[in-house]
Amino acid sequence: MSQPSVTIVDYGMCNLLNVARAFEYCGAQVTVTEDPGTVRTAGRLVVPGVGAFSDSMKEVTNRGFGNEIKAFAQTGRPMFGICVGMQMLFDASEEFGEHEGLGILPGRVKPVPSIAQNGRSQRVPHIGWNHLVEPELGRDWHGTLLEPMLGSQPAVYFVHSFSAEPAQSTDRLADCVYGDHRICAAVQRDNLMASQFHPERSGEIGLAMIRQFLSL
Amino acid sequence: MSNLRIIPRLDIKGPNLIKGIRLEGLRVIGDPQEHAIRYYEAGADELIYMDIVASLYGRNNLSDIISRAAKNVFIPITVGGGIRSVDDARHILRSGADKVAINTAAIARPELISEVARRFGSQAMVLSIEAKQVADGKWEAYADNGRERTGLDVLEWVRRGVELGAGEILLTAVDREGTRSGFDIDLVRAVSAAVPVPVIASGGMGSLEHFKAAALDGSADAIAMADVLHYKRMSIGDIRAAALAAGLPVRKV
Repeated sequence: MSQPSVTIVDYGMCNLLNVARAFEYCGAQVTVTEDPGTVRTAGRLVVPGVGAFSDSMKEVTNRGFGNEIKAFAQTGRPMFGICVGMQMLFDASEEFGEHEGLGILPGRVKPVPSIAQNGRSQRVPHIGWNHLVEPELGRDWHGTLLEPMLGSQPAVYFVHSFSAEPAQSTDRLADCVYGDHRICAAVQRDNLMASQFHPERSGEIGLAMIRQFLSL
Repeated sequence: MSNLRIIPRLDIKGPNLIKGIRLEGLRVIGDPQEHAIRYYEAGADELIYMDIVASLYGRNNLSDIISRAAKNVFIPITVGGGIRSVDDARHILRSGADKVAINTAAIARPELISEVARRFGSQAMVLSIEAKQVADGKWEAYADNGRERTGLDVLEWVRRGVELGAGEILLTAVDREGTRSGFDIDLVRAVSAAVPVPVIASGGMGSLEHFKAAALDGSADAIAMADVLHYKRMSIGDIRAAALAAGLPVRKV
């Protein structure tokens, strides 16, 4: 079997080395690229992200990655957005004002609630391990990023203050529950996959998801 | 409530994993890499590395140890000790760390907290506090790994640190550290109440009761431990099982 190739988009905002290391550890041949021209021909594309939405979108756009990522999404080849890389796939974010996203998936990025359902205040950012559950309307994980976790509620590592709220419930792949609020933890629409959590920091379960992405 | 994190803390001197008592009287434990992998495989939620002599010599020597760890450890790694600038932070993050913990240099120049947070995000900027009790309900922050007084009141300093952009607090009770006599619960509770960001309680873990007290009475979001794990007095699995049995929100592995 040939080594699956993965291109990781480097728009200068975050530390990609741990993402690259995890994909390499899982058997991928990894290219980290600062050249938007290489995106369209990638076998698989990973859009990572850490930090603020608006700064990240600004860099993605200014460096010419925006249209290339949108074009790649249309190819049917597998694409994986991580954390802010997931958030940027949506229409807009409310972080530090209103900011436009890539608009590949319909929906908005909103703050993690700082008040739990019981009225108590809760920590934001949401940092730590949390369990993935099916969305309220259900979702079959067969054939998705989460197929290796079927029948379980895997715990994965989150660190974020904002999260995407998909407009189309069928895009929703998994939620986590924070202070009795449901937060969208992962989405998948055909070849487009994304997680709010960090698979590269989620131990063996995260690595299993990465291997699953490489097998799709 | 977010899941309560169990965090092995690896204090490093030169190439060795070491352990002291009240941050002094250091004993060599062994190879940091072996221990890091053992803790990762046992289900640690994160790792903390501290170069405990770095601030004396003005530099952090952990980058080789961290790059080795990052090849095999796929959980978040926090690194502290001797980080004095955005460039130092960048170097450590590029080695494979996810967050930097800063104490001495932030006390000397608090704007460093904002600079690191602005460049790498608040989630990567952990304010490290070494606290000694000076009166009932009052603690002083120390620098240089618990060696130097600063005159700063811990509660005032953590509030300021969070305003400047710290995304998390690593709270070490120097007098408890390495003693296995339990966490300074009053300190943990006071800091947890003072700031909206997560607080990692460190220093004093000797029993499962101490763990529960830090979470339930201290409202800690994460608990760091060294002695009990390094000397194999208990395993991460034991701690996780006891925490689950007590209804604490640790992740199920």
